[in-house]
Amino acid sequence: MTPYNPFNRNFGSGTRTKAVRPDMKWHEMTRAGNIYEPGNANTYETGDWRSIRPVWNKERCINCLLCWRYCPDASVIAKEGKFETFDYKHCKGCGICAKVCPVNAIDMVPEEEIEKVKEANKDEN
Amino acid sequence: MKTKVALTGNEAVAQAMKQINPDVVAAYPITPQTEIVQIFSSFVANGEVDTEFIAVESEHSAMSAAIGAAAGGARAMTATSSQGLALMFEVVYIAASMRLPIVFPVVNRALSGPINIHCDHSDAMGLRDSGVIQLFSENAQEAYDNMIQAVRIAEHPDVRLPVMVNMDGFITSHAMDVLEVLDDETVRNFVGTYVPEDYLLDAKNPISMGNFDMYDFYFEHKRQQVEAMKAAREIIKEVGKEFAKISGREYGLIEAYKLDDADVAVVVLNSAAGTAKGVADELRAKGIRAGVLKPRVYRPFPQDEIREALKGVKAVAVMDRAETFSTCGGPMFADIRNTLYDLKNDIKVVNYIYGLGGRDLRLEHVEQVFEDLENIRKTGRVDETVKYLGLRD
Repeated sequence: MTPYNPFNRNFGSGTRTKAVRPDMKWHEMTRAGNIYEPGNANTYETGDWRSIRPVWNKERCINCLLCWRYCPDASVIAKEGKFETFDYKHCKGCGICAKVCPVNAIDMVPEEEIEKVKEANKDEN
Repeated sequence: MKTKVALTGNEAVAQAMKQINPDVVAAYPITPQTEIVQIFSSFVANGEVDTEFIAVESEHSAMSAAIGAAAGGARAMTATSSQGLALMFEVVYIAASMRLPIVFPVVNRALSGPINIHCDHSDAMGLRDSGVIQLFSENAQEAYDNMIQAVRIAEHPDVRLPVMVNMDGFITSHAMDVLEVLDDETVRNFVGTYVPEDYLLDAKNPISMGNFDMYDFYFEHKRQQVEAMKAAREIIKEVGKEFAKISGREYGLIEAYKLDDADVAVVVLNSAAGTAKGVADELRAKGIRAGVLKPRVYRPFPQDEIREALKGVKAVAVMDRAETFSTCGGPMFADIRNTLYDLKNDIKVVNYIYGLGGRDLRLEHVEQVFEDLENIRKTGRVDETVKYLGLRD
């Protein structure tokens, strides 16, 4: 079998780009949606699916990391055995972390409230 | 070297498959395609081909196995008819969207019900929007030639799409016909060695194919398929020219028969084009300027070529061997009328549904069509847009 030659004559052929990004045009994407490298789910940002977001309460948290174990999207980031942050680019807002937290240190807040707070802060500045 | 032989359409297609020598054939027998699979499996049994033949339990599995083989990097084929194609339906879309160059002959037969085994085009028309390239063959020679060219068209890097090669059930598939076959080496050199770009068994370049594709990118991948179809229009012509060098027979997207000075024309697919050409010749002897347009390629639809070929004609009859039940005529009628709209030439376009379930198309029927067209041309009046030819009415 001879090695393949990269081609670009026809847009319909697509490209061999490593990851598909939302800002790409149709002819820049891989042909037939083929994926050419493993582990690239990380580049697919699912955070915009979220309608409610987990918010961490530092005072209440006992760093048991049950949330870290239960998160189905590996969106709880821990560092040296302690809660560090949420990965909001990938967190879909399922609320499992808040449900399993034994000390209610995670609040699920609607995204529109977060937006309102952001807007309010902007106005103050 | 070319040899004149007498073969049925099925034998001719099986012969082409033998010369192409695909890596994998997965097929299930169905009338009137059975012989293709039967003859080809005897080639396998006799060691005349290197093909891995997979005897599957249904057509759904046949196309699925061909998809698996093609995704793995093999040159894969299947073959079917009618209900078999209907059972394959969902998988054909997957073959097209995964951009797998699977070549598969379809021996056109009516769809049930009522149950029937004879020729019409309702099976192929059911898959006209699936994203596969559709070639049509007037006789055994064209079926043989189309099969060989289909491999090159399907595997071209700008195309990478499945190709369905159609011929009429029984009329072409079972009738003995004289044709010219090429020698094995010429065919082998013409189709060449298949070099897949992306395939699952490429251990050095791991790849994931047939992935889940949501609202954020599915649309873009469908658009890519349209572009591949557009590219196919040119590639089919290029391959046709190259095929002429080895065979002396050149193929384009359409065959325009005596259309240059025609007043009236019939548009028709597959074997009925032969009948129509015969009638056109007779009428020309009587001073009627009759012509025939035979689309060889139905998907992608050769709109530019058809518009060019029919621009000077006054009245056109599109003959459909399939019904859409839109109550507005057959599938090709809509395409042809759409094509002529932009010319603003006031070409009268009428539709005849004919030959459903294997009803014979007789010379008198086509004569009647041309007679109707002559009346339309003279009076400028169309009384009935859609008519049924050879129907008990």
